[in-house]
This record gives sequence, structure tokens and C-alpha cells, in this order.
Amino acid sequence: MKISRRRILAVGSAGLVVTLLPLPASAATEADELIARFTDGATPGEGPLTITAPQIAENGNAVGVEVECPGAKSIRILAPANPNPEVCTVHFGPLAGSHRLSTRIRMAETMDVIALAEMEDGSFVQASARVRVTIGGCGG
Amino acid sequence: MDTIDARPRVRVPRTASPGEVVQIRTLANHPMENGERLDADGNRVPRHIIHRFVCTFNDETVIEMDIEPSLAANPFIEFEAEVPESGTFHFAWHDDNGDVYEATADIEVA
Repeated sequence: MKISRRRILAVGSAGLVVTLLPLPASAATEADELIARFTDGATPGEGPLTITAPQIAENGNAVGVEVECPGAKSIRILAPANPNPEVCTVHFGPLAGSHRLSTRIRMAETMDVIALAEMEDGSFVQASARVRVTIGGCGG
Repeated sequence: MDTIDARPRVRVPRTASPGEVVQIRTLANHPMENGERLDADGNRVPRHIIHRFVCTFNDETVIEMDIEPSLAANPFIEFEAEVPESGTFHFAWHDDNGDVYEATADIEVA
């Protein structure tokens, strides 16, 4: 069969519609919905929040993650693709020497780990880090 | 839920100058059973984790942490504290089964 240019375009654009439409829409809203649960619907901005994690984690059972945000009341860590996406929330008290925390988290698969900080004025700041996970760490 | 020998360990400097920011590292032994895992018979192993961690210095809060099942087993937590005067750090890990694992560390500030 001779494949015409028109045919290639038709098949190609059909493929685009199928692959593009459902995937990014659902992936984006899931993380956004998760975040909205903690911000009372407010969209977090950008700020002095940093999240540090390895680019590649061979073992998802314990992945070192560090979050820091000067001026934050609390920082939450989220692993959106985990069965339990919430990881932990740290509240800084009067004797906190910095607004920094380092810990180890579980990751079921490759994903963007999200840090969400609540600032002194009640606003929210978000940052994320992509971690490629070779072996997932959530059992199941 | 099983009793766990958490053997919490903390690393705190012995001395500091007034107002200095010191680094603190903590580690507790705990499986942090996340409630997702299946045992050999295919039954779900119920959740059993440390759900809260609190560090105070002379009864003032350094950090409080709410913990969910996605934290790794044997929770490792590193952070910083400001020490205005000599005193004692108190650390508490709260287990789902009601147990509280505690540790203290003294620091001399001069």
C-alpha cells in the first residue's frame, strides 16, 4: 500500500489526540488537587523554598530528601505517586536554628517530589524535584 | 501492635556558644509498616508507624513533625537548633501503638 502524505498526517494527528489529551490532564490535576487540599484551594507561588533530592534513586525504600525555606512556619513533603502521597510535615518552633529538615522517604516509582511551605503570612510556596526510581519502595 | 525496641539515637554537640545554631541528627529503629505491604499469605499487614516526632530544648519547641506512612523505615531526621543557654534537649517519637520512645541530650553553652 502506498502511504500518502495525507494519510500520515491523519494517523499522526489521531495519535497525538489520544496520547496528549488524557495523560497530562490527569497527571497535572492529581498533584494540583493534592496541593489544594493543604492550601485551602490557594495556588502556591514561588519563593525561597528549595528541595534537594537525588536525580536517580536505585532503591525507593529510602531516598534522602532535604527541604529548606527561610521564613516558613511549616514545610510539607509530598510524594504524589505513592499510595499514601503525604510524607511528613515539619513545624518550626521558636528554637529552630534554621528552617531546614533532612530525612529519608519512600518512593513507589519515578515522580516529582513536592515540597509545600506555609509562610509566616499564611501564603504558600511550592517547589519540586524529579527523582528517577529504579526499584519502588512501597510494597503492595 | 507489636512492641518495638526503637533504641532511639541522637547526635548533639556537647558544647556551644550562646545563640549558636547546632546540628542535630536523630535515628530510631522502626519498621514503619505503611499498611500497603502483603505478608506471605497475601494478607495486608496493618499500618504501624511512628506518627509524630517532637524535639524541645529546656521545654521550648525546636521542631514538631507529623509523619505519614511514606517516611522510610528507621526514621532519620536531621535539623538545626538554636541554643540560648546550657540545657537539655528532649526528643520523643510517638508510635501508633501508644508507646513514646524518648531520648535526652545535654549541651553546655558558655
